[in-house]
Amino acid sequence: MTLRDIPVLFNGPQTLGRGKLFWLGVAAVIVAAAIYPQYAERFAISNTAYFGVWVFMALGLGLIWGYGGMLSFGQTAFFGLAGYAYGVIAINLGAAHSYPFLALICALAIGTAFAAVLGYFMIYGGINGVFVGIVTLSVTLAFATFMNQTAGPQWRIGRARLNGYNGMTRIPSLSIDWLDGHRIRFEGATFYYLVLGLLVVTYLALRVLVNSRFGNVLVGTRENPERVELLGYDVRRYQLGAFTIGGFLASLSGALYTAWGNFIVPASMALPAAAMPIIWVAVGGREDLTATLVGSFVVLYVFQALTVVSQEYALVAIGALLVVTVLIAPGGYVIWAVDMASRLRRRAGPSPPLSDPALKARTQRG
Amino acid sequence: MTAFVYQFLAFAYQVADVFAFLVLAAGGLAIIFGMMGIINMAHGEFITCGAYVTTALVRAGLPLPVGIVMGALFAGVLGIALERTIVRRFYNRPIDSLVVTWGVSLIATQGALLVLGSAWTSVGTPLGSIGFGDYSFALYRLVMLAVAIGVLVGLYLLFMKTRFGVHARATMQNPAMARALGVPTERIYAQTFGLGAALAGLAGGVYAPTLTLSPTMGTGFVVESFVTVVVGGADVLTGTAPASAVLAIIRAACTAAWGQVFGLIGLLVTVCIVIRVLPEGFSGWLMRRRA
Repeated sequence: MTLRDIPVLFNGPQTLGRGKLFWLGVAAVIVAAAIYPQYAERFAISNTAYFGVWVFMALGLGLIWGYGGMLSFGQTAFFGLAGYAYGVIAINLGAAHSYPFLALICALAIGTAFAAVLGYFMIYGGINGVFVGIVTLSVTLAFATFMNQTAGPQWRIGRARLNGYNGMTRIPSLSIDWLDGHRIRFEGATFYYLVLGLLVVTYLALRVLVNSRFGNVLVGTRENPERVELLGYDVRRYQLGAFTIGGFLASLSGALYTAWGNFIVPASMALPAAAMPIIWVAVGGREDLTATLVGSFVVLYVFQALTVVSQEYALVAIGALLVVTVLIAPGGYVIWAVDMASRLRRRAGPSPPLSDPALKARTQRG
Repeated sequence: MTAFVYQFLAFAYQVADVFAFLVLAAGGLAIIFGMMGIINMAHGEFITCGAYVTTALVRAGLPLPVGIVMGALFAGVLGIALERTIVRRFYNRPIDSLVVTWGVSLIATQGALLVLGSAWTSVGTPLGSIGFGDYSFALYRLVMLAVAIGVLVGLYLLFMKTRFGVHARATMQNPAMARALGVPTERIYAQTFGLGAALAGLAGGVYAPTLTLSPTMGTGFVVESFVTVVVGGADVLTGTAPASAVLAIIRAACTAAWGQVFGLIGLLVTVCIVIRVLPEGFSGWLMRRRA
């Protein structure tokens, strides 16, 4: 593998946006996001980090639903499980040393393992189509119901009280001790940079993943599982892989959210929270990572702006947005806009789609 | 000995109670799924709708049975309206139908919160209770069981003995062929959706006297109805009914042993096992055995 092959990893038929201009744009956005805390107020920085925390779950759902064709209504189950796991472990270990970071790792492991088990039962059980949606929704609602009734002193794990409907509070923030004893507490701008860094890594890693063999088989499975199976692939393995990665990303959101706000409540797993990821992903466009990312940020921002007026109005508006999106632009608005733009460009003059050197290299190799 | 008999009676009563709940909650969902292959995520909101209409009418002075019937009819009409405006565009896109009905459900719930406020007190359960030894049983629960059985019998007659039933079963088996033979499949779809919504409204009306009414009350029905449809499969009579019976026994046993929440968890564990063994649910399994 030479240096020239590297763009091939990040570009391919499963992602929109390639070529110098697109990547310059990505770099510009990252730079702008990196210098943003210098010019923003503390609340704005923390709030932007809060948006970023949710985007992992959105990208994970994009992978499961957009690329894998399995609509999971229950990403919040992994979100909540990891959030509670982080809370319980972090409270029990305390905030000394790197314990909160250890709690984060454990929470991710627990959330991901649960996603893998649930995914195994569904996918190897032959559940598909609409049933994936209702089984996952049932799981997250049952979780919420269970956590709701854990009020009272008998519901405690070690030193951590679960607190039922009101949720767990006073959960330590994320922190790490380096070997030389230097301590980093992830709060305010530091937390923002952590989220930004993780987002960039996640976005790039997912781009590599979906443009790899794994991604191609996964998309093939979405389009026609029987045909992919006849080509000799065990589609269930790929679906379970995607489901588990999506569960991992939802867990990451959950643990980071808990560390950000120092609390977690059962309502984060119940309706309407369970459906928010669907809306973020559907409105931007689920079949492309960049569209999911952009759409999620926009919807989160608009939703928060509306919530200031009234939570109910905001939810009605966001529900209407979802219905209208599915009716007129089922692929999502970002993808719709890209389609329109390329259609206009094609009318202006032919632009060969294979002019990109990275794609050409891939075609020649394969 | 008598203590054992009473205990058994109490358990049977619990099972019957859960059975009635599952049949009523899931019936409408299963009919729509069986016919069109889509899951109506706004199912809970039709239940809520039936409950509110019933309560409003009873408060206005009408007798409860009339209120329940009107609630079911109202939900049915809303169902037909929803089918004609939105759902019919999604029959070839089942996953999108899930998302779009979910959006409708969000709008309905939150809109109702804005218009109706957070909670209404219920009208109170009619009929009193009957005592056996240390146990007492609310008679209204037995009425619910009767309604659930009535629904199953009614659906059997409707699908087996009427012209609509013949058309509906033909459409279910092969829509293209049914259309070629002159069955108005579009209308069958609309009527089926309306029927499913009406059954949801009926469930809401029947349970309205026993619950505190709130716009989000439908959520309390959806998990159980989803679970029943997943376990039962596509057919109401050969799927939903036996699934309800089996799940009722499991739920009543888990609840008796460990409490309410474990009843729900028991249901979910059962689902995980059943889908691993019988992916098409009870009705799919029965169908294959018959074939």
